[in-house]
Amino acid sequence: MDFNDSPEEAAFRAQVRAFLNDNAERKGEGRPTLRLGGMTAEDVTRCKAWQAKKSDAGFAGITWQKQFGGRELSPIFQVIYNQEEEDFTVPRGLFEIGLGMCIPTMMAYAKPDQLDRYVQPALRGEEVWCQLFSEPAGGSDLAALRTRAERDGDDWIINGQKIWTSGAHLSDFGIIVVRTDPNVPKHEGLTFFFLDMKSPGIDIRPIHQMSGTRHFNEVFFTDVRVPDAQRLGQVGQGWRVSLTTLMNERLAVGDPARPDVDDLVALSRSLIIDGQPAIRNGAVRERIAEWYARSQGLKFTKFRTMTALSKGETPGPENSIHKLVNASKLQDIASYGMDLMGEAGMVIDDDLVEAWGMFQSALLSSPSARIAGGSDEILKNIIAERVLGLPADIRVDKNRPFNTVPTGNR
Amino acid sequence: MNFDFSDDLKQLRDQARRFLTEQCPPAVVRRSLDGEETYAAALWREIANMGWIGAAIPEQYGGAGLGYEGLCVLAEEIGRAVAPVPFASCAYLAAEAILLAGSEAQKRQYLPGLADGSVIGCFALAEGNGNPSPDALRARVTGGKLTGTKWPVADGGIADIAIVAARDEANEIALFVVETKSVARTTLRTVDPTRDQAKFDLDDTPAVKLSGSTGWATVQRLLDRAAILFAFEQVGGAEASLHMARDYAMERFAFGRPIGSFQAIKHKLTDVYVALELARSNAYYGAWALTADAAELPLAAATARVSATEAFHIAAKENIQTHGGVGFTWAFDCHLYYRRSKQLALRLGGAPFWKNRLVDLLETRNAA
Repeated sequence: MDFNDSPEEAAFRAQVRAFLNDNAERKGEGRPTLRLGGMTAEDVTRCKAWQAKKSDAGFAGITWQKQFGGRELSPIFQVIYNQEEEDFTVPRGLFEIGLGMCIPTMMAYAKPDQLDRYVQPALRGEEVWCQLFSEPAGGSDLAALRTRAERDGDDWIINGQKIWTSGAHLSDFGIIVVRTDPNVPKHEGLTFFFLDMKSPGIDIRPIHQMSGTRHFNEVFFTDVRVPDAQRLGQVGQGWRVSLTTLMNERLAVGDPARPDVDDLVALSRSLIIDGQPAIRNGAVRERIAEWYARSQGLKFTKFRTMTALSKGETPGPENSIHKLVNASKLQDIASYGMDLMGEAGMVIDDDLVEAWGMFQSALLSSPSARIAGGSDEILKNIIAERVLGLPADIRVDKNRPFNTVPTGNR
Repeated sequence: MNFDFSDDLKQLRDQARRFLTEQCPPAVVRRSLDGEETYAAALWREIANMGWIGAAIPEQYGGAGLGYEGLCVLAEEIGRAVAPVPFASCAYLAAEAILLAGSEAQKRQYLPGLADGSVIGCFALAEGNGNPSPDALRARVTGGKLTGTKWPVADGGIADIAIVAARDEANEIALFVVETKSVARTTLRTVDPTRDQAKFDLDDTPAVKLSGSTGWATVQRLLDRAAILFAFEQVGGAEASLHMARDYAMERFAFGRPIGSFQAIKHKLTDVYVALELARSNAYYGAWALTADAAELPLAAATARVSATEAFHIAAKENIQTHGGVGFTWAFDCHLYYRRSKQLALRLGGAPFWKNRLVDLLETRNAA
C-alpha cells in the first residue's frame, strides 16, 4: 500500500499544480469561502472566464474524447485535477451540470453536426446548460413526471412544469425528459430532448429556499416548440437516456462541505464549558471521536475508489456512500456545534458568532444535501439493490398505463 | 494511489477464506460454545503449519516474514470465521510484545515457539473493572517474583506463557514473561464461550522482564498495534454478519414476498454496509500505518478501532433482528457473531477508552 501517484499521475498532478499556481489564488487557512447568495452577473462572468482559461490549458474535459476537445484520460486524472483545485479559490458552480451530465448525454445520443455545434462552446464556458428532470409530481420517482410533449409536424410542443432546476435562469440550453405517451406504462412513455432555454413559452421563476437563497428554479412550459431534430434517442426511450445522464453523477465524489469534524474540534477548543474548553468534556469528546472516525472512513473509502479508478475500473453504485454519509454528517455537526455555543448559537452574524457563522449557515442549507441528487432513501435503495443484491420493491405502477396509476390528491 | 492489498495478499486472503470455510464451519465453533473443547486444537495445528501465526514475525525468529499486511488479511478471515483459536493472543499480543520489548535473546527464545504453534501465548493486562490505565496496574514484581490478580485474561487457560503488565521494584510499568504452569488459573464464564478467558492469581510467580520495556508507553504501543489487527477481525466478523442477514432476507418470505424487498430491511442493511465500508477503509489505513510504522499509527489505530467496533456491533445485532425469532435461538448462528462482537469490542478496552484516546491524539496533533 502507498499513497503515491504513478509516474504518469504525478506528472499530470505537477502540470495541474503549475497551472493553478499561475492562475488562481490558494485558499487561506480558516475562514471558508461560503456562497450564501445566488450567483450575480459578476460571478457568471468570472466563472466563464475561468472555464475558458481551464479549457485553453487542457484541464476541461479531461476524460473526454480528443475529437470533443478532451484528453481521453482515465477518470483518475479528473479526480487528481479536482483534488488540486480544492486547494484554490476558483469561481465554480456554473458548469458542473452541463459538463458533468448534459454534454455527456449529448455525446451518447446527439448527431455529429449537433456535437460540432454545442460541445466546444460548452467546454469553453461560452454556453451554459441545465438539466430539466424533477417535477412537482416526480422527484425520487422521476419517471412519474407529467410534463407533456405532443408531436406537431417536425416539432414537438411541450406543456408542463419542471422544478429544482439549478441555474435555469443562467442557462442557454437544457436537456429535458417529457411524457410523450401517457397510455403506456410510465417508463415506456418518455422521450428526451435538448432545447434552447430562450425559446418562447419558457417561464423561469426562482425558488425561495428555506436557507433564504435562490439557487433552484421552477420552469414553466407553455406551448414551447422543440424541433424533432433535437430529440435524443428514440421516441419512448427517454428513460434509458435519462439513466445515461444519471450514471454520470457517480463520479462526483467531492470533499465534505464545512463545517466538518476539524471545524468542530477547533470550535470545541475555543468554547468554554464548565470552566474548561468544551473539548475536555466527555460527551463532546465522544461525539468528536465518532464523527472523526466517519470522516476518516469516508476519506479512505475515496482513496480505495481512486485506487480502483487508477486501475481502470469504472465507478459503480457503491459510490453512493459518499453523499449518503456526508449529507447527514454535515447536518448533525452543524446542529451540534450550535448546541455547544448555547444561546448564542441561534445568532446569525458572521462577526459575532464563532466560526464566522459557518454552523448556522450549514444548519439551514444542509437539509437540501440530503435530498438533492438522490435523497438518502433513494441512495439506500440503490446500495441495497445494486450493491447488496436485495430484490427490488414490489411496484404497483409498473405494468399499467401511466394515466391509470393512482396519484393521490397532490 | 495504491490503497489496496497486493494481488499476492488477496490470494492469501482467498486461500485463508477457503480453508476456514472448510475447516472452521459453525459446527467447529460450536464445539467451543458448548464446552466440548476449550479451543479448536486440531484447527490450530493446521493454522500453525500454514505459517499464519508467524505471518508478521521476521524469518530469523521462525516467522513467515509476510509483513503486517499479511497478518491483517489473515485477521480478517479469522474474524469472518469466528475461529475458536488463540490467534489474536499469540500473534497480535504475545509475539508483538516480544518483538516490541524483548531483547535479542528473548526474541530467539520465545518467537520460534509462538510462530510454529508449539507455544501458546497470552497477554494479561486487566485487573478487573475498568479500561486500560497505568493507574489501574497494581501487580508488582519483586526479586523476579510477580504478585497480583489479572482478569480477564483471554486464552489464559490454554496459554503456555503469558505477557503480564506489572510494576517493577522501581514502580515502573513493564512487561514480564510468566510461565503459566506456575500460575493459579480459574476459568471464567463469559458472554463469548468460544474464547477461553481466565483469572490469574499470581503469588510470587517467577517472572522475567522484557528488557526493552519503557513504562506505560510500551503497553500503549502494544495496544495500538493490536487494535489495528483486531479491527480487521471485527471487519471480517461484521461482513460475515451482513452477508448472513442479506442471504436470509432474500430467502425468507413474509407477506408474500422476500423480506429483503421491504425498505425497512434494505435501509437497515445499508446502514450496516455503510458502517462496514467506513470501518474497512479505516482498517486499511491502519494496515498501512503498521507496515510503514508511521507516526500516524496511534491515531490510525484509535480510528480503526472505534470504527470497527461500531461496525461489528451494528452488523451483529441487526443480523439477529433481520432473522427475527429464529435469530434468537441457540440453533441459529447469529449469536456466534453477536457474542464475538462484544468480546472483541471489550478486548484492549471498550469503545469509550478508544474514543477518548482518539480525541487525546487529535488534541496533541492539533497543538503541534
